[in-house]
Amino acid sequence: MRTKNTILFSLISAFFLIFLISIWKILATLQGLSINSFNIEIIFIFGFLISLAHLGIGDRIKSIYKSIIFSSIFIFCDGYLIQKLPIWYNVGVFLILHFFTNKISKYTFIGLKEEHSTQVILFDFLTLFGILFFSFVILFPFYMMLVTSFKTQIALLVNPLDFSINFGQDIKDLFKSYFVIFKSYKFGKYIVTSTIVSVGTVIITLIFAIPAAYAVARLNFFGKTFLSTSILIIYMFPAIVLVIPLYTIFSQLGLRNSIEGLLIVYTATTLPVAIYMLQGYFKSIPKELEEAAILDKLSWFGIITKIIIPLSIPAISSVALYVFMIAWNEFLFSLMFLDNPNSFTLSRAIQYLSGDAETPRQYLMAGSVVVTLPVLFIFVYFEKYLVSGLTAGSVKG
Amino acid sequence: MNDTLANTEKKTAYILTLPAVLLVFSIILFPIFANIWISFKEVELKDIRIPEPRAKKIVKSISDEPSKIKILYKLRNSSLIQEIRDVSFQDNFPKTFEIENLDPRCSYKKYILKCEFGNWPAKYKENFQVIFVTNDGSKIDKKNLKSIKPKLEGKSDNILLNTNFTLKNFKKVLFENEFVDLLLTTFYYTFFGTVGSIVFGILTAQMVNQKFYGRTFMRSVLLFPYVAPVVALAYTWELLLDPNSGTLNSLLLNYQIIETPINLLGQKYIEISILGFDFKLRLALTTVIMFEIWRYFPLAFLFILARLQAIPKELYEAADVDGASPFQKFFNITLPQITAVISILFMIRFIWNFNKFEDVFLLTGGASGTRTLPINVYQQGFAISDIGMGSAVSIVIVVLLLMFMFFYFKLLGKRVDEN
Repeated sequence: MRTKNTILFSLISAFFLIFLISIWKILATLQGLSINSFNIEIIFIFGFLISLAHLGIGDRIKSIYKSIIFSSIFIFCDGYLIQKLPIWYNVGVFLILHFFTNKISKYTFIGLKEEHSTQVILFDFLTLFGILFFSFVILFPFYMMLVTSFKTQIALLVNPLDFSINFGQDIKDLFKSYFVIFKSYKFGKYIVTSTIVSVGTVIITLIFAIPAAYAVARLNFFGKTFLSTSILIIYMFPAIVLVIPLYTIFSQLGLRNSIEGLLIVYTATTLPVAIYMLQGYFKSIPKELEEAAILDKLSWFGIITKIIIPLSIPAISSVALYVFMIAWNEFLFSLMFLDNPNSFTLSRAIQYLSGDAETPRQYLMAGSVVVTLPVLFIFVYFEKYLVSGLTAGSVKG
Repeated sequence: MNDTLANTEKKTAYILTLPAVLLVFSIILFPIFANIWISFKEVELKDIRIPEPRAKKIVKSISDEPSKIKILYKLRNSSLIQEIRDVSFQDNFPKTFEIENLDPRCSYKKYILKCEFGNWPAKYKENFQVIFVTNDGSKIDKKNLKSIKPKLEGKSDNILLNTNFTLKNFKKVLFENEFVDLLLTTFYYTFFGTVGSIVFGILTAQMVNQKFYGRTFMRSVLLFPYVAPVVALAYTWELLLDPNSGTLNSLLLNYQIIETPINLLGQKYIEISILGFDFKLRLALTTVIMFEIWRYFPLAFLFILARLQAIPKELYEAADVDGASPFQKFFNITLPQITAVISILFMIRFIWNFNKFEDVFLLTGGASGTRTLPINVYQQGFAISDIGMGSAVSIVIVVLLLMFMFFYFKLLGKRVDEN
């Protein structure tokens, strides 16, 4: 049992080490280093031996010295004998090995004897693997988007794997793609349009949604249940089905290529979510406050502006941020309704840019960074509000 | 007294909800009915533009006669297919202008030129010319003259409002255009996208539910693909997967994992042999599904994580006492607790994936075997410009969705009854 567990543990940890080193090698390759092989066999043997040695040595050496010894041997063999690579690469490998030995240091011979120990080890390593794997898979495209926007077409054609950024060059050269999209492609104007549309949608949606949500949450009226269920059903309804009739109607009314047209559609599509999210919060406000207000002869307008709104600032801001993000990211309707470059939103402008096969890709990526950054910034900064909103209403996607 | 209070409450409620209800109904419910109407008509994109009478004003001076001016109106019917009835024309002139040649259709009173042109057939064109002379001989300001725009009005039929109906569109949708293939592609895309995102959602939620350093950071990172604009993400993926100089292909070539670049988004089939069985994988469709999973698993993650955090810790403690292994705990405690969330997620994601348009449109445009029903709506309606066909396809989508919801709720209802 103990031998089997020991071997399994060493196997799992060796695979984990292979994974760690491979990710590091991919990242190093993208900095222009020429690494042509993962050397999986060698790393596997090392990982296996290190795990065994770790179990064998046990507590006889302090873990920090143990980690340094293992890492040095590994670097000496891998980094120096097999490939001649710069210092920073080896520093990275050293840190990875340090991390790795730290992770395996909590497993001992005694621990391996326990029941389910292999399953526990597998679970632990799978979690670790998952964290790194998902971080890599998710962040990698964002990273590529950012670094590509700082490269030039020629540099990318010479070596498609060299994404290193030369910070020594002139600021104007470094941010050239951004200067170009703002000067030649009028991205400044598109940012303004996108902002007006998104902020406008937020304001109009709130103006319509707050009274309606209040009525649904508090007042008794005929058709209330019908209304609250139809809100949810409408929320599920597909936008693609609305496109053709709205297109024909908007063409005949002359609302295409106008900000007003977009505002109307965005407001109507976000209203159901907004009402749903707000009425849930309004229900949690104690009724006594309003009863006191009614005794003071406050009208419903007074109740909403003086009691409900001040008390539900967190919910309202979460709805606002959320509607802003939907409107900012929206693509389908802006594709259908806008075909005059003067009225483009950012998303539509990037799509238009990509329609021209001649457009260098770094411009496209610079545009993508411009449209992504505000949303990610808002998301990270207000995450607390947004996550509760997301789970309550869930973004239409 | 009580009755009046209830009445005022009702009235207030209607006042408060009416604006929102009106807006939502006119933009969401009305189009759905309009869709049914349009889908029984033969309408093309060019038909929906209302025909307009137009006039281009050209101002020309006449040589040797500085006090005279010639104004040429290029009149035309903007529509190539429809006639305009009772076209009327009106233009204003400065107070020093006298007309020299008055057309029999026109009148000139109080420095306003008014004309009745009668009916204009489709494609109608006419060069209409008037000559003016100034009564005080002052110099003529051509720019100012040009800036005054003539007004034209006319009546025309709206092709959308007549009552000629046809079943042609539905026949075409159901019996031409490889409808079965279209359905299958949509189904693969929807089903695998939904299942994949839920599976990854379970894995990541289970992962983040563990305690580790940087957990809150990890939670926001996992939501990035979901909150970022789809345009930016799709183009980044396209760049990564590009067969000529894309990063993924370059990396694979560099590490000698493949010998020739793979066109992940442009190749319909790829031959794969596993354990001696050869089969064809729909490559572009698989890639698009991967993107779909990558972009939407965060939603599943968020829902499932919220549910996992609500599971009482006592359950796990009791399992530990009984000596349950981690996998036993996962399959016997965690999974049963999240089945309700999963079934809701399955429905939501299935419906939304079924109607997903942007992702496929931006990645492949519907080429190389990735044409789904929503893409077909766009292609029929705007690429082939057959609005009626596009509407018919959207009606098919709605019907399929309603059928899915009906069966899903029936199935779900049965399971609830059994428990």
